[in-house]
Amino acid sequence: MTTTAQEAPPGDDRARQADFDAKVASNQRIEPRDWMPEGYRRTLVRQVAQHAHSEIIGMQPEGDWIASAPSLRRKAILLAKVQDEAGHGLYLYAAAETLGIDRAELTERLIEGRQKYSSIFNYPSLTYADVGVIGWLVDGAAICNQVPLCRTSFGPYARAMVRICKEESFHQRQGYELLMRMMEGTEGQRAMVQDAVDRWWWPSLMMFGPPDADSPNTQQSLEWGIKIDTNDALRQKFVDMTVPQADKLGVTLPDSELAWNEESGQYDFGEPDWNEFKRVVTGSGPCNAERVARRRVAHEKGAWVRDAATAYAKKHQNSREVAV
Amino acid sequence: MSGDNIFTGLVEEHDSDTRWAFGTGFTEALAGVDTTLPEGVDGEDLARYCQMLGDDALVQAQRLSQWVTDAPELEEEVALANIALDLLGQARLLLARAGQADGTGRDEDDFAYRREAAQFRNVRLAAAPRGDFARAITTLLVLSGWRLSLMSRLRESRDPVLAAIAAKAVNELAYHREYAVSWALRLGDGTEYSHERMAAAVADVWPSTGELFATHPVEARMSRLGVGVDPAAVAAEVHDVLVQVLTTATLDEPGAFPEPAEAGRRGDHGPELAPLLEEMQQVAREHPEASW
Amino acid sequence: MSADEKPRPVRPEWPLYEVFVRGKRGLNHVHVGSLHAPDDRMALHNARNLYTRRNEGVSIWVVLAEHITASSPDEKDPFFEPSGDKVYRHPTFYPVPEDVPHI
Repeated sequence: MTTTAQEAPPGDDRARQADFDAKVASNQRIEPRDWMPEGYRRTLVRQVAQHAHSEIIGMQPEGDWIASAPSLRRKAILLAKVQDEAGHGLYLYAAAETLGIDRAELTERLIEGRQKYSSIFNYPSLTYADVGVIGWLVDGAAICNQVPLCRTSFGPYARAMVRICKEESFHQRQGYELLMRMMEGTEGQRAMVQDAVDRWWWPSLMMFGPPDADSPNTQQSLEWGIKIDTNDALRQKFVDMTVPQADKLGVTLPDSELAWNEESGQYDFGEPDWNEFKRVVTGSGPCNAERVARRRVAHEKGAWVRDAATAYAKKHQNSREVAV
Repeated sequence: MSGDNIFTGLVEEHDSDTRWAFGTGFTEALAGVDTTLPEGVDGEDLARYCQMLGDDALVQAQRLSQWVTDAPELEEEVALANIALDLLGQARLLLARAGQADGTGRDEDDFAYRREAAQFRNVRLAAAPRGDFARAITTLLVLSGWRLSLMSRLRESRDPVLAAIAAKAVNELAYHREYAVSWALRLGDGTEYSHERMAAAVADVWPSTGELFATHPVEARMSRLGVGVDPAAVAAEVHDVLVQVLTTATLDEPGAFPEPAEAGRRGDHGPELAPLLEEMQQVAREHPEASW
Repeated sequence: MSADEKPRPVRPEWPLYEVFVRGKRGLNHVHVGSLHAPDDRMALHNARNLYTRRNEGVSIWVVLAEHITASSPDEKDPFFEPSGDKVYRHPTFYPVPEDVPHI
């Protein structure tokens, strides 16, 4: 927006900064027309956009199983879930837009591979058990990340998160319910579930981002109220929440260091492979290219449809359609 | 409801799985409905009739859901998924009714996953290759208009279960048609290019429309008993709507429907159905003993 | 702004609509968010699918965002003076001539 912005004199900026800081400190929401530090705006645009992209790309690993869902009930649940994810992406794009960025621009950043999304979706979904495990672990981790964001300092983002979190809890529940059903089923089904847990556990832990020591922006984001908890705190919370669920399910989490620590009152667990994390984040995961390409192709192939609607709107600006 | 958060109000009111996953909590559509067969109706005939309407919806839902992650805009993915979910819900109710009516007690999944292509009774158009967005819209326009006419009449069915299913379906189908009409107008009367593609789509789909109005003997018998609808009876109404939509969309006025000729209703399908079903049934068949 | 964040000129896309929903009878329509659509009718379709998840009986209003005039006494920002009465920082509020390439 530099083209139209008028830089305010520094004195005014100080007063505005003080006003902004006071609002954040007293837990008030920052709304779109409020003055905000440029770094706050930029960080939020990036965070909300990446979150939106994650929802959209996240449709794919599960979407791949809609056609082959093994019962009609499962098909309906999965279709509804993947559709919800499209909805979540749209709420988040709308929130990002209030910060002065156009959705079309964000879409371009995604399909040109210029903006990231959650690395977890660069892993393939190999069996139907993956649908359950994605619901249980991946959505579970997402919920841990997202529930605190309902209190984030930027109003439109916080409001979008409230709605998203409500729906995510259904998602996690359906995943766990599918896994319970499969664990009560045949030997083959139980093996599928364990295999899927083995593959998704570590990537799920990586969803919380690098360790706090390697996350230089965390402090600023905490001060701004864009982040509410640190990566490591959320990761710990997720592990503590998940271990009893795994026991109940009867699966083994693939971490030999996982153990209850009486003293700290929480679970100790092993270190994820952060080198793998970096590889996947930077684009060398098993499915990065395929995921982005699918969106790019859909977007390009659909251009004529979007153009048609625009042209029609122009022609019919002043007329009403015939009701059929 | 607190003033600053509409979402709370929206969600509270529908805080159940049925709100979330449309078509998953379908039993309430039939709550309290008498499931005994109406007098004078042959259970096997009724079951066959339910399979016809159920298979149309199931196969069309399977085809439509292929647009998810592949539509021109995210909004269209949401819309097409909604439509697929509605149809899937209708299919489940109808197939469950089929298993009740023929006395075999087969459930929806027995019908969906444990029949071969030749045992499916859907019209061919429901399975037609996906094609481009214009093709999808044209197919949806034709099928939703046709099904809406059938279901509107079925609300009066002597089978209370069919009548209840139809009552639910009519609202859904009216929206499907409305959506298809909106896009047909925009593609037809949009750019020159979209006009051409829409015209090509209509030309592609039109030859398959004849089958929709062919009367299978089961449909004839069900119609005579006041249980089902003779599709031939809705042809004029469906045609009128299509003429109005297509001409408003600046497309050529379509001619009469092709001569009605049965195909899918007899199990005589195009080559596209078998692979569609193979994909659908693959996991279920790999694990015949499993429950999901 | 870093190179990554620098907004590039954006193609004309579907305009932005604000969406208001009456969650149930007896309540006011309340703002729920925004969306893009080519025109009013498609905006209603999209709003229904997105913000009400097809809950029949819910009343929806959609309005082009640019048609909303906003006042907010405690939100003073010279940054937005060129369109200071608009609700958001939406880039669509910065009119660009149509014949500029890639805008």
